[in-house]
Amino acid sequence: MVLTRFFCFLLAWLPAVAFADIQEFKLDNGLKIIVQEDHRSPVVVSQVWYRAGSLDEFNGTTGVAHVLEHMMFKGTKRVPAGQFSRLVASAGGKENAFTATDQTVYFQQLEKSRLPLSLKLEADRMANLQLTAEEFSKEIRVVMEERRWRTEDKPQALVYEQFQSAAYQAHPYGRPVIGWMNDLEQMTVQDARDWYKRWYEPNNATLVVVGDVKPDEVLKLAKQYFGPVKAHVLPVRKLQTEPEQHGERRVTVKAPAKLPYVLLGYHVPVLKNPEQDWEPYALEILTGVLDGNASARLNQNLVRRDRIAISVSTGYDMIQRGGTSMFLAEGMPSEGTSVADLETAILGEIEQIKESGVTEDELQRVKAQVIAADVYQRDSMFYQAMKIGSMEMAGLSWRSLKDYPARLQAVTAEQVQAVARKYLTTDNLTVATLDPQPVDENAPKHREVPHGHH
Amino acid sequence: MATINILRQLVCMGAGMLMSAQVWAGLPIQHWQTSTGTEVYFVENHALPILDLAVNFPAGSSRDTREKAGLAGLTQQLLSQGAAGLSDAEISRRFADLGAILGGEQDQDRAGVTLRTLSSPRESSGALELFAKVLQQPEFPQNVLEREQARIISGLQESATQPASLADKAFSAALYGDHPYGIANADTPQSVAAISRDDLVQFYQTYYRADGAVIAIMGDVNKAEASRIAELLAGGLPKGAKVAGTLPPVPYPTQARVEHIAHPASQSHILLGYPGVKRGDADYFALYVGNYILGGGGFVSRLTSEVREKRGLVYSVYSYFMPLAELGPFQIGLQTKREQADEALKVVHETLGNFISQGPTDKELKAAKDNIIGGFPLRIDSNGKILSYLSVIGFYHLPLTYLDDFNKQVAKVTVAQVKDAFARRIAPDKLVEVVVGAGTK
Repeated sequence: MVLTRFFCFLLAWLPAVAFADIQEFKLDNGLKIIVQEDHRSPVVVSQVWYRAGSLDEFNGTTGVAHVLEHMMFKGTKRVPAGQFSRLVASAGGKENAFTATDQTVYFQQLEKSRLPLSLKLEADRMANLQLTAEEFSKEIRVVMEERRWRTEDKPQALVYEQFQSAAYQAHPYGRPVIGWMNDLEQMTVQDARDWYKRWYEPNNATLVVVGDVKPDEVLKLAKQYFGPVKAHVLPVRKLQTEPEQHGERRVTVKAPAKLPYVLLGYHVPVLKNPEQDWEPYALEILTGVLDGNASARLNQNLVRRDRIAISVSTGYDMIQRGGTSMFLAEGMPSEGTSVADLETAILGEIEQIKESGVTEDELQRVKAQVIAADVYQRDSMFYQAMKIGSMEMAGLSWRSLKDYPARLQAVTAEQVQAVARKYLTTDNLTVATLDPQPVDENAPKHREVPHGHH
Repeated sequence: MATINILRQLVCMGAGMLMSAQVWAGLPIQHWQTSTGTEVYFVENHALPILDLAVNFPAGSSRDTREKAGLAGLTQQLLSQGAAGLSDAEISRRFADLGAILGGEQDQDRAGVTLRTLSSPRESSGALELFAKVLQQPEFPQNVLEREQARIISGLQESATQPASLADKAFSAALYGDHPYGIANADTPQSVAAISRDDLVQFYQTYYRADGAVIAIMGDVNKAEASRIAELLAGGLPKGAKVAGTLPPVPYPTQARVEHIAHPASQSHILLGYPGVKRGDADYFALYVGNYILGGGGFVSRLTSEVREKRGLVYSVYSYFMPLAELGPFQIGLQTKREQADEALKVVHETLGNFISQGPTDKELKAAKDNIIGGFPLRIDSNGKILSYLSVIGFYHLPLTYLDDFNKQVAKVTVAQVKDAFARRIAPDKLVEVVVGAGTK
């Protein structure tokens, strides 16, 4: 019954594009264009990536990157509010956009002959967006509804928000992408205008096109539509680093729920030099050993054997423009197990790896899954475009994607143990727990009444 | 699975396309029966070294009884957790070693077990052998049953505190009552606790039979290999008389009904609906195209325009028809700040009422057709999507030409047909309405 209503993408697992035909171009105004040919179906996905996300926001206007994303559908001189979506829909297309810590992305999926429409519309709103107070006043309410839906009423989302705040005290990753409610309440159309003026430039964007297209034809179209857009000088980016953590941090969140929940994590490095770094690959393997399949350590030991958790999982994203990442684990305890006991058990599994390492079997199993996942992901053009864009935003190149499986293959059991010992330490740990509160008992009881029309 | 539940700092603009359409054209679907009478639907494609399979059974959640609601789900969940002498751990280890992914999907009508594997000989033969064991020799170990029951019960208790889940359950109950489609979503901690191992064995023997199964095969094998695979998978399934199509018709509501569930959440979760449409229904295309205009077309729908774009009342508002063997739900859904729930509901009722009484405009109808027909290639642009369509076409015995016909049927729909179909099929004064939170004073 539940149909997919929102396009959200998890970027944690990023295997490479195998023998894909990819070409890269750059226009004089600085717009980068990356085209991957995939001729399996007569379709195309087109994504414009702006290197502007919550990472680039300032305190007091958190959420502005995402608000601007919403405003990008509110019209230009040539394409009035609402028309962008209508034009794409009439061309048989699907379209949407999303904002993350590192970037804001706009995309369309179309039958291949409709690509010019997509590029024409994106070039227009890159340069000519009209930000009116009237449209802003309506859309900011939509964004606040989104925050309520996404975070305020979702206990685990609240825990994640608090976790990030505790783990990152200086780095902007500590602030929620959707923004604090108070900042949204005080935001003005001028904040959105400032953001648009600062970051929406061809020299701050990458166009990624994957599908049944020819690279030289895409380049020609891109020149035609994006070529006239003028470049501007971008502000100097000052990369903030998180000071070293000197001791465990804890936060508790109270919210209406039945089950407690724990989210814990450690500061860990990101991929900076794909040819030389090995730690990020070892951390990636470590998540696989802990949680790569149903028989991996956490599920096998805590859910199946000891039955102290109803679910456990881990996560790590090695591709982050902010230069830092977290190694995460989360779980919900079984009836009769406290959240503290579950935390102890998860930490115990990590300790076990630090002390005794991982087995060759486990290592090979994770690697087999990586090889297969690399093939499976070629079934989605959209996902392939996502991988290319993510790499580019982080200042890496899509060219490194092809080495990803080999780099993972090269990880040894000793290296997995070494990163666990080095980074998964108590002084580097942040723990956030959900303290479930009863649903308001004073609220009126369930009632049922025959009802006429409103 | 790695990272599935970790929350990511990702915020979407939302409101994508809804409506589970089944549209494709020009797909060379091969169809035959195995020696055991199992239907097979196959599309051969060698572009990627991947093989995708789905084995579908008439074992959806509408087979449950109220006393043991949750049985269909639990049976399916336990297939892979102990089979042919292999433990749950051994089964998941073996699939992982091969890089294969076992999956499952279930709705009111259907239970589908899926496998994705590399098509290379070592991987595919190993994965298929294991897949056959899971389908044919599940053991439903008592200790695994108890563990999974406890997990499901905890999950149900958690859901009972969350507004979206509360709304879903109340909606099904209000719309379908004691009809099997109501029982399909009526699992409770008590009903799950009441399920025994014998229940699972019996459910499996009754509904996971060779002659009721539909196998879908997509990808990098030829016809001879596909035929061999189908025989392997169907051969060892339980045999016996075909399961009768026992679903009674869905009764229409005789009066409007409003369920209000108090909850302290900052937003009210609102669902409205009515019994909708069947697979193969004569009104299907008129309702499908009409719904695109009403609330299925994402940003360009009337509901989004009225409730979100003009008034800023919601992040998401949508409508859909979910076609099932009997009348699946027509549903409108939204979430809005609790203080403005009444205002939003009023706009929704007006928008729906206007649409039913006046129908769409010529311009709206043209835009809808342009999108549905023009977007056709996107519906079949991956092996995964094609596999899903094969399952639906097979399970509901839709004609093999159904796809080619789909665009033609959409093209034929007229404004008058949409108006007429909505007027006959949706009674706006008899809707089921669920509000979790505040509102409807």
